[in-house]
Amino acid sequence: MPDRAPMTLFSLTERAMQAQMVRMNVATSNLANAGSVSSTEDGAYRPIRAVFATELDRASGLASVTSSELVRSEVAPTRRYDPAHPLADADGHVWEAPVDESAEMVEIMESARQYQNLVQALQTAKQLMLETLRSN
Amino acid sequence: MSEQIFGIHGAALELRSQRMGVLASNIANAATPGYKARDIDFNAALEARMLRQRGTSTEVSGPALVYRSPTMPALDGNTVELGREQVAFAENALAYSATLSFVQGKVNTITRALKGE
Repeated sequence: MPDRAPMTLFSLTERAMQAQMVRMNVATSNLANAGSVSSTEDGAYRPIRAVFATELDRASGLASVTSSELVRSEVAPTRRYDPAHPLADADGHVWEAPVDESAEMVEIMESARQYQNLVQALQTAKQLMLETLRSN
Repeated sequence: MSEQIFGIHGAALELRSQRMGVLASNIANAATPGYKARDIDFNAALEARMLRQRGTSTEVSGPALVYRSPTMPALDGNTVELGREQVAFAENALAYSATLSFVQGKVNTITRALKGE
């Protein structure tokens, strides 16, 4: 953990929401680059994926999540024969970004659902904490 | 002192709060590969707390954390099932509310006794 403050329910949820945010942004970037072409195989866009890792706070036993790294997936770009394309190479081929649109959409939906879940859990927890504070 | 006043409810409220944290951890890690969902065995943990309060046991330990066994294990080794976690979280929140109202009742009783109404 970067900061040494003890993990609370709030910081836990905040971190998890940030991680889901990164995941959603990454999937959106992939979607935005779907259909982009390049004149070389190496120059083609490759989809990015966020990698999640657990962040355990031993003192409180709470476990949060962080997106520890972003990886490019090892999918080969699609080669398409299109000699009229301005980016076509000497053989008349262009390289298309291998983005699976439906997979990205599912990723975004799942991420949104888990984000929602976190917000709901935090709301309930916050409500209970307020009740406990106000009880007299 | 507070243990004498609130009896089982003080310990239960603390455990419920801890369990809420553990369940929130599970919900947060719903997409982490290899994460194993955990839960507090509430009965066992409360039993241990009460034994310690009565002085019959001097064993000092955290709440009894148990791993959840998944209905269908996922390929990435994650054992969080969102539906189950949601139900457990809701149940725990309700039980927390109930325990809290018992504690509130105790406080009200004592306040009234102090005021002499």
